[in-house]
Amino acid sequence: MKRHSRDDGTNFRLGSTIILSVLAFLILLPVLLVVIASVTDENMLIQSGYTFFPAKLSLDSYYYMIKQSEMILRAYSVTITVTCVGTLVSVLITTMLAYPMSRPKFRYRNALAFFVFFTMLFNGGIVASYIMWSRIFQIKDTIWALIIPNYLVTAFNVFLVRNYYVTSVPLSIIESAQIDGASELTIFFKIMLPLAIPSVATISLFTGLIYWNDWINGLYYLTDAKLFGIQNLLIRIMNNIQFLKVSSNVALLGTMNVDLPGTSVRMAMAVIGILPIVIIYPFLQKHFIKGVVLGAVKG
Amino acid sequence: MTKKKKKQQRSSSAPLLLIAAPGILYLLINNYIPMFGIFLAFKDFNYRKGIFGSDWNGLDNFRFLFKTHDAWVMTRNTLLYNFAFIIIGTIAAIFVAVLMYELGQRSRVKFFQSIMLLPNLLSWVVIGFIVYAFLNADTGFINNTVLKALHIEPISWYSTTKPWPFILIVTYLWKYVGVNSIIYMASISGIDKGIFEAAQLDGASKMQQIFKITLPMLKPTIIILTLMSIGRIFYSDFGLFYQVPQNSGRLFEVTQTIDTYVYHGLMDLKDIGMSAAAALYQSVVGFLLVLGANALVRKVDRENALF
Repeated sequence: MKRHSRDDGTNFRLGSTIILSVLAFLILLPVLLVVIASVTDENMLIQSGYTFFPAKLSLDSYYYMIKQSEMILRAYSVTITVTCVGTLVSVLITTMLAYPMSRPKFRYRNALAFFVFFTMLFNGGIVASYIMWSRIFQIKDTIWALIIPNYLVTAFNVFLVRNYYVTSVPLSIIESAQIDGASELTIFFKIMLPLAIPSVATISLFTGLIYWNDWINGLYYLTDAKLFGIQNLLIRIMNNIQFLKVSSNVALLGTMNVDLPGTSVRMAMAVIGILPIVIIYPFLQKHFIKGVVLGAVKG
Repeated sequence: MTKKKKKQQRSSSAPLLLIAAPGILYLLINNYIPMFGIFLAFKDFNYRKGIFGSDWNGLDNFRFLFKTHDAWVMTRNTLLYNFAFIIIGTIAAIFVAVLMYELGQRSRVKFFQSIMLLPNLLSWVVIGFIVYAFLNADTGFINNTVLKALHIEPISWYSTTKPWPFILIVTYLWKYVGVNSIIYMASISGIDKGIFEAAQLDGASKMQQIFKITLPMLKPTIIILTLMSIGRIFYSDFGLFYQVPQNSGRLFEVTQTIDTYVYHGLMDLKDIGMSAAAALYQSVVGFLLVLGANALVRKVDRENALF
């Protein structure tokens, strides 16, 4: 009997491994197609399309991008700046808001919690916020348009940090600092902020990913291509392809400002949009998974 | 004495409020001011006259909106896609989570998890490119390799509506199955191992253990996550419905959701009144749905209710 069940367990383990391997392969396949397409010879592409087994490989698209590097480097530097500044400011403001909410004797603790929480329930919609940012704050075509709207403080992150303070940081630390005569500001910046690092790591990862991948703010608030980050540059390239196909007006080609990249170059562009994330991610997976679990337990 | 104590308390609140101030200010501007902007839905907005100078037109925007075919299409699409995502997405996530749990070895779990989480890290723009590599009419993989091998005429994917519900659901699953399975894996790991051992001693097969122990034990998590998603059923993932179909007008019948409609109204048609009306429609119904879903969650399990 016992032997039977052990066999059952081993078979199951083997079965699970096989099924998951197939799934993992299917999930990787589309990304693989793009990577292979980016190193496929341009003539082969036109002949037989994007395939997994191209007859001829070539690094031309990457050479092309090096030649056109000004446009790409600028987009990269915009994305990197926005990601760094946005994440830094976001983490600071979020932690500063979360910490008072964790103090049991703080007078406005509940009022503040509701104030933050209500933003999860109701919103004014994109139309009102678009008009506010573009007309009252005149944010269009500035770098601030990529940093400020929507992502700096989210209720989800605030509660994540607050819960961390409540569950993992003992109050006695604050009390003893108070006895030593430390001011609230000193307590926060010297003691509580450094203590929040595990939860800060999680929200930095979430926020950084949001800024790196964001194209929506750019779509709404940017018309000036100089300020395009990597995502909005990708959108522009895709739109130009569609536009040319529809118009089929060759004369227009000459008047286009943005150089139209070849079929393989488009995919190479997508690859360099993914690359930094894929490189950094394995080191941060632990924090990511922790954050997802925490967030699901209590939003 | 009590007065002094009160004073002390108040003085200790001020520095904490000061620390919270930047965050409060940001939420006031970014989240609360636009809430008052919903009055735009009742105005005939005119750029020259401005926000406050534009004329009121009562419920005209709503009347026009609900007279259009679009209002029905976007509501139907938003709801149907969300239902499909909830049902198929939940089944897929649980399936993956159960298999992952059966792997046992942590290193193996981590390996598969890294791969399955990869799509979740990619932006919808990049995913739009990936889908384009498969579907574009001239050089796409499907037309050039798959359909050619099957001797089927090439299909112009970005102007054929029929396959899009399928394409969008597959894309959704591809992006989210990994991340959604994490939560279920966490709940499965929370189940007391003794129960499985006892079942095994009684001769229960693995299949029996999954259907008689794991799935019933997951029930509360499934119910709560499903109810929470139902609360968000009036909202759609803008990127999925905008970037993946490449914003193709011929596909609107099956790809237009409330979010993409609001975007088009605002940015392409510049019809502020109409898109503000659609946005308010979404906010209000969405708000009621969240409240309703939360009331249900409270009934099932107070601990997990949002409030």
